[in-house]
Amino acid sequence: MSDYETIIGLEVHAQLKTLSKIFCSCSTQFGNDPNTNTCHICTGMPGVLPVLNKKAVEFAVKMSLALDCRVNPRSVFARKNYFYPDLPRGYQISQYEEPLAEHGHIKILSGKQEKDVGITRIHMEEDAGKSIHSPSEGLSYVDLNRSGVPLMEIVSEPDMRSPEEATAYLKALRSIMRYLDISDGNMEEGSFRCDANVSIRPRGRQEFGTRTEIKNLNSFRNVQKALEYEVARQMDLLEDREDVIRETRLFDPDKGITVSMRGKEEAHDYRYFPDPDLVPLLVDRDWIEKLEKELPELPMARQARFMSQYELPDEDAQVLTSERDLADYFEECVKLYQQPKTISNWVMTELLRELNQAGTGIRESNLSPQLLTGLLRMVDDGTISNKIAKSIFPEVFAQGVDPVKLVQDKGLTQISDSGALEGVVDEVIRDNPDEVRKYREGRKKLMSFFVGQVMKKTKGQANPGLVNAILNRKLG
Amino acid sequence: MNIDKEYVTRIASLARLETSPDQAEKFAAQFRDIIGYMDSLNLVDTTGVEPFYSPSENISVLREDERRATCRRREILANAPRHDGEYFIVPKIIQR
Repeated sequence: MSDYETIIGLEVHAQLKTLSKIFCSCSTQFGNDPNTNTCHICTGMPGVLPVLNKKAVEFAVKMSLALDCRVNPRSVFARKNYFYPDLPRGYQISQYEEPLAEHGHIKILSGKQEKDVGITRIHMEEDAGKSIHSPSEGLSYVDLNRSGVPLMEIVSEPDMRSPEEATAYLKALRSIMRYLDISDGNMEEGSFRCDANVSIRPRGRQEFGTRTEIKNLNSFRNVQKALEYEVARQMDLLEDREDVIRETRLFDPDKGITVSMRGKEEAHDYRYFPDPDLVPLLVDRDWIEKLEKELPELPMARQARFMSQYELPDEDAQVLTSERDLADYFEECVKLYQQPKTISNWVMTELLRELNQAGTGIRESNLSPQLLTGLLRMVDDGTISNKIAKSIFPEVFAQGVDPVKLVQDKGLTQISDSGALEGVVDEVIRDNPDEVRKYREGRKKLMSFFVGQVMKKTKGQANPGLVNAILNRKLG
Repeated sequence: MNIDKEYVTRIASLARLETSPDQAEKFAAQFRDIIGYMDSLNLVDTTGVEPFYSPSENISVLREDERRATCRRREILANAPRHDGEYFIVPKIIQR
């Protein structure tokens, strides 16, 4: 174990899945032509008034409740002042001294270890626009479609002690957001962004070391890589008796290193003050109770239920409940066919592989619960072997064809007629006298060779249990 | 609050304004007058008084999440000093 302890706190910005922007009725649709999702309000024309989107508030409150936060009955929007061409007003509307919610926590699972991570605060704010730089022309192009898209910022306590825990935390947050259907949680597309505060301290010491802030973490893998690099860098500094400088560092995904932004960063002085254009946001008890009732069963609770109700191992339960759609799918399958572990095995291996390869979600796929359970039933009643089932699965998945019909059409029904199989076994014994002799001399491992030969001759359709029994009997 | 030339220069640079040393001196005096006047408000004992942010406290003003296009792009771009019909064009943003 290292002599140092790692301390990580994370700030997550998640885009809320509303139809319209946070303070105006412009579309939040991603990928529209530049500057077509804009109006006087989100481009910062003088004299316009922002009006808060109710749905954005409800989404952020739901997240706050899911993270056991105290939702403040009154919160205030503030102006964060800085200049950048993608911020047309010269200030971002955010929340500062009085955020929407505070003092929550989330359970994370890192390895087999369950752990509680504190949530400092959740607040709402607007996104900025996007700029494209053209160094050759000495120009930048600004698109304000994203300006005013609603964001929720979730700030954690410095409770994480390793890059693995940081990644587990992010995955847990993302999973909850997707269960609540309030954010896509897509890091690559930028609807889920993360900055990390990292420091280390000699094990056993109480005070925190000097921290650095790492930006530009745009995938779960990069979060892990960047944090590992940064921790190692800080350890090297301390080992060489040098100081860690408090600064912002940018992760360079190509080189896998963090680079100082020192000198390139303005001294931050945001001069926050309450935005006089917006009245304080009031969230009363009734509203909170109504939203509380709308909360679905959340991933951790569902995982625990899957383990007790379906008697699944924790690994199965964790994978199946990580996405709400997948968990729903599993439960629909179990209703049709009461073999949870068999279904789980198939979902976790065959189905997830096909989904990953197709780059699609279960809800968009052609594989209905009826089709999957139909296939599994055929294995169960001996109509087809497990091997045949696996071999036709990709076709069932891709085409959505009825596996029962597919098996009939292709003549894949398992040969469970011992008379027919005995003939094949006899042939195999006759054709392989050397192996038979070695087997009888004690090379019992050759059994799999004989089974393989029978399978080859029957194109995989022989009932493996029966083949084994017949071979055992004939080879003595 | 100690309002001197340096303070004025820093505030000006935050607002992306250039000030000459003479101007900074002049504004420092004016700042001191104005803020000094405001400072007298600080003499009032406000212990236990909630900050008052808006004359319309206790009213929640919210809009439904309805999507509506209210402007055309060419209207939005029209006031920009420079654009190409699609993007606003600005001098290169200094980045790494």
